[in-house]
Amino acid sequence: MRRKTGVGTWLGFIVILVWCLLPIAWIVSLSFKSLAETTTGSPQFLPKDATWENYKVLLGMTDDKTASHDFLAALRNSFGISIIATILAVMIATLAAYAIARLDFKGKRLVLSLALAIAMFPVVSLVGPLFDMWRTFHLFNTWPGLIIPYMTFTLPLAIWVLSAFFREIPWEMEQAAQVDGATSWQAFRKVIVPLAAPGVFTAAILTFFFAWNEFVLAISLTSTTKSRTVPAQMSYFVGPDPFNPPYVQLATASVIVTIPVIIIVLLFQRRIVAGLTSGAVKG
Amino acid sequence: MAAIEMKNIVKQYGDGFPAVNDVSIDVEDGEFMILVGPSGCGKSTLLRMIVGLEDITSGDMVIGGKRVNDLAPRDRNLAMVFQNYALYPHLTVYENIAFPLRLAGASNEEVDKKVREASATLELDEHLERKPGNLSGGQRQRVAMGRAIVRDAQAFLFDEPLSNLDAKLRGQMRTEISRLQRRLGITTVYVTHDQTEAMTLGDRVAVLKRGVLQQLATPRELYTNPSNLFVAGFIGSPPMNFLPATVEGNTVKVPFGSVTIPEDKAKRAQGKGLLMAGIRPEHFEDAAVVDSANKSSGSTFKATVDVVEWLGNEAYAYVPFEAPPEVQEQLLQLERDLDGESLRTQLVISLDGASRIKEGDEAEIWVDGSKIHLFDPATGENLTLDTSAAGTIPSDTATGEVAEQQDAVATPAEQEGTTGT
Repeated sequence: MRRKTGVGTWLGFIVILVWCLLPIAWIVSLSFKSLAETTTGSPQFLPKDATWENYKVLLGMTDDKTASHDFLAALRNSFGISIIATILAVMIATLAAYAIARLDFKGKRLVLSLALAIAMFPVVSLVGPLFDMWRTFHLFNTWPGLIIPYMTFTLPLAIWVLSAFFREIPWEMEQAAQVDGATSWQAFRKVIVPLAAPGVFTAAILTFFFAWNEFVLAISLTSTTKSRTVPAQMSYFVGPDPFNPPYVQLATASVIVTIPVIIIVLLFQRRIVAGLTSGAVKG
Repeated sequence: MAAIEMKNIVKQYGDGFPAVNDVSIDVEDGEFMILVGPSGCGKSTLLRMIVGLEDITSGDMVIGGKRVNDLAPRDRNLAMVFQNYALYPHLTVYENIAFPLRLAGASNEEVDKKVREASATLELDEHLERKPGNLSGGQRQRVAMGRAIVRDAQAFLFDEPLSNLDAKLRGQMRTEISRLQRRLGITTVYVTHDQTEAMTLGDRVAVLKRGVLQQLATPRELYTNPSNLFVAGFIGSPPMNFLPATVEGNTVKVPFGSVTIPEDKAKRAQGKGLLMAGIRPEHFEDAAVVDSANKSSGSTFKATVDVVEWLGNEAYAYVPFEAPPEVQEQLLQLERDLDGESLRTQLVISLDGASRIKEGDEAEIWVDGSKIHLFDPATGENLTLDTSAAGTIPSDTATGEVAEQQDAVATPAEQEGTTGT
């Protein structure tokens, strides 16, 4: 009986792995093929002559800088915008979530349902109005022009995640800190935030990934490499002839932008282990 | 170190729930004061008002001669041990103990010196680098105490600190707390619902019921001179027996027979009709093992013993009896007030270990008449109270009105969550 379950589990495991990893393997394989190999239309999975050429071109390590499609500039924009949006969103969400979890104020339900409504609002429908507004406010094609909407759209989720974490932390923690001589702010910073660290990291990662992967706003609210992020920039990759997009370079760019995501997940997966509060109160 | 004076403290919650009603308690400098009562009696609320975690509706809280009603907890310089210890799980034991010092901005050498001192006192030296999550219940309890003693606080406040420990550890920690308090000589207020802790630890004990102070006295005074039925039933284990009684001259008629009581006690209970007699289990004895010298000072009666629990040094015998309906109602109400289940009306008798009474025996029982208390069943008041040795009894200990107000807002069980008792 047990053996049977084991076989089924493994079978399911393999099916899911293949399903998820095959496209990634395909992208990685593509990124090592030469441009000529794909344009001539050869359907084999593994590259005939594996080459680092695509990486070198995109990262501007060849003599012909124009061939890199301004990828490095886009990468810089992506990092800058995503990181700033994440930090701001997490900071605001932490304070808001704490207030929602701890304080009793009028309109608390309204704030929560409004946050949920924002999270459910289709982003595409805001592109037009935002485009108009940003032009008036001179935010079009700037970093803040992307940071503000990214922050706004990720705040609701961050607030929900964090307020759930704050609610788990026993009241006594703060009260003990206050009796020990802490101000409300010190109690929050030295006791509550460290205890909610798994929640803070979860919220930060969700926010970062949203900003990092976002395409619709990035393509609509930017016009030059001054603020265009990688997903948007990739749509401007043009090969030798317009009907044949440079698939190998697109694949290479995809691999490069995936690397930070993998690194972040590996780095923080240990911190995202909940249950840090175990042992705080009676065991 | 400082004295704590509570003057006419009232706490009313936003929904109108009167948790603490006009309580006045003065805790002397260096005194170990216990606040005791069944759940929902407002004892934790009172403690939290001392420390400042709960607003005071009216009355004055004076600590060390200074009114602190409007001070934040951190400005009151009190140390508190919480029921669930509230250790900081992300900090080591060392940093947990050092936390209040670091907040106060102490230098590293000073922090180290004081933390080492506290950890030596509490035998936590080998655990300093561990996280609270890896400690046993007793060790966590000691860390919580370390965090309290490391500062030069004006007073210690304990909120049911032993209720999460198992029975054996509870006994040990009880002694430990007592020893620590005597050594440091620091004013201490200790909240518990356990009458054993109250009796063993306290210099004085304040018994609360429904947010009203019933009696404030030393453990001995409470035990020998309870002000009313509630205190009598709450203090002592197994609890005092309550029997319907009528007084004629010097004799009290109880369901099993009649007992002669001292004249001065009898005088105060004359002509009151049906009363409630309170006799502690140990004031009964197997007539066969009582010295003949003592025998004459009490009365004997015959009763059929239902169950005997033999414990070695002593034995408990249970004798069921029928109570008239007017007393029955009062006994049921008392049982509810004491957080108990409404049990059958029975007499609990503590017998000497040498007694040979068996279950089902018709035994001859001796009772010490001089130790009997007589209560007015309507008010619960102790008619035979010796006021010179009963500590402080507030002029109004009636809880009827408060009970009505409390029940109008919530049942005690529902209120539990918000009052944090």
